[in-house]
Amino acid sequence: MTKTITGLDIAHRIEQKFPGAVDDALPEAATVRGAELVDVCTFLKDDPDLKFEFLSSLTAVDRLEYFEVVYHLTSIRLNQMTAIKVKAIDRENPRVPSVTPVWPGANLQEREAYDLMGIVFEGHPDLRRVFLWDGFDGWPLRKDYLVGPGGRFPGLERFPGESQEPLGGRG
Amino acid sequence: MTIQAEPFVVNLGPQHPSTHGVFRLRLTLDGEKIIDADMVMGYLHRSMEKLAEERTYTQNIPFTDRTDYLAAMTGNLAYVIAVEQLCGIEPPERAQWLRTIMCELQRIASHCMAVGIFANDCGAWQTPVMHMLRDREKVLDLFEMACGARLTLNYMRIGGVSRDVPPEFMPAARKLVNELPKKLDEYEDLLLENEIIVERSRGIGVLTPEQAMAHSVSGPMLRASGVAWDIRKADPYAAYDKVDFDIAVGVHGDVYDRFVVRLAEMRQSLKILEQALDFIPEGPVHAQLPTATVQPIDQPVAPLAIRPPVGEAYGRIESPRGELGFYLVSDGSPAPFRFHIRSPSYINLTPLKLMSVGGTVADAIVILGSVDIIVGEVDR
Repeated sequence: MTKTITGLDIAHRIEQKFPGAVDDALPEAATVRGAELVDVCTFLKDDPDLKFEFLSSLTAVDRLEYFEVVYHLTSIRLNQMTAIKVKAIDRENPRVPSVTPVWPGANLQEREAYDLMGIVFEGHPDLRRVFLWDGFDGWPLRKDYLVGPGGRFPGLERFPGESQEPLGGRG
Repeated sequence: MTIQAEPFVVNLGPQHPSTHGVFRLRLTLDGEKIIDADMVMGYLHRSMEKLAEERTYTQNIPFTDRTDYLAAMTGNLAYVIAVEQLCGIEPPERAQWLRTIMCELQRIASHCMAVGIFANDCGAWQTPVMHMLRDREKVLDLFEMACGARLTLNYMRIGGVSRDVPPEFMPAARKLVNELPKKLDEYEDLLLENEIIVERSRGIGVLTPEQAMAHSVSGPMLRASGVAWDIRKADPYAAYDKVDFDIAVGVHGDVYDRFVVRLAEMRQSLKILEQALDFIPEGPVHAQLPTATVQPIDQPVAPLAIRPPVGEAYGRIESPRGELGFYLVSDGSPAPFRFHIRSPSYINLTPLKLMSVGGTVADAIVILGSVDIIVGEVDR
């Protein structure tokens, strides 16, 4: 069975190496400060007891007051898993350092988080839209995007940014 | 005399038979040599993650059929495992074995398609894929028997499976498991030493184990690079801890090894199926859901809805394409607060540029074929 290192344990390990780098720790994940993120990730990847050389999943969550980027890490050699998070407080301009120098596998996953949640990964080699087209207005996975009465998705009448003129019978 | 050639751009796709769906590769070429490869995705983007945040946990199961539509069973299973982690539900023994049987049948069906279409990409035009489609149809017949559908199966449920299999299922499955090894011998005779495949694929698109791990590559692609990592072994779910099988591993990490690993995995799936058909116990196929998580909701969406406690879960399984994970965040409401799919097809494309640059256009086609993408899962 894969050993799960809880957020509390991993926070303890990180604190020993980088005092003050951990913001918050819950059993699910440890929240790391953005400024130390790349150093912490390099440590998690290289430490002989941790060896998290495989970035399983990277995604972003809109927590209404702030954004959160979640990293699920796997160590293939030691068969263990953990999760860390980083917060992007500024809703207008959420910025998080990119972890592509540590794990190149973050490349497409960070592009996806940028495309759908609008989080800017500083230092990413090629941060562009991936599923939506350039010039698409808005970040669809944010909670304030297209919320209708009752908090439910009203359905698109037409593509966002498309002209409001009637379609002229072509359907 | 030197000839000055300007680099030029070739669009491979989105409507090209070797891109396996609406996927576009923009290749910058110098003569026939690739100097840059850029992926253009999103033609099949349906924003499933946003849609799922508006629906109840049970209503979301059909979405997971439609991401990886060639492996709907594994898509279903990864999602329900994540929800079960969130709620703390343990499915009954028979359901666990049924899940194992269905996932291995699905792996055979999916690899039949992957290997057959790969042979197509190499230039072994249509004959191998027709043989494999014939066997895949037999697996789909079994699925039809179990749940009435052939492609979008919607068979797994939170806490078990939707229904028990009919009495004729087990004999039919056993018959298939007995006849498939002969078919696999046939494929190996036909393809393994086939000049068309060997010449096109050996030594092409090489990933070292370190590169593969660093680029988050998973599944047969990772194993072809020599990393014996299989979530069925490393972190067993369903009934995989009770069956005996080997992990198929490649040596060179090239396109040919990926193809060989997939063929070898089909044999291992048959080994698992033989044991599972012997060991499967009688009993219920659905767990009683804890009453605290099932309660009437105020909106007229469903009479009963599962409300997992506040928290988050990351459930992952070994799908035919690699590590398929679902990251769910619950705020205690009947719909997930965040629903993220870690899709192996998408993430396995990360090193595509690394593998293709320096090769020729013909190489790019077999490299893309060896990644075995499903565009429904890439774009979601």
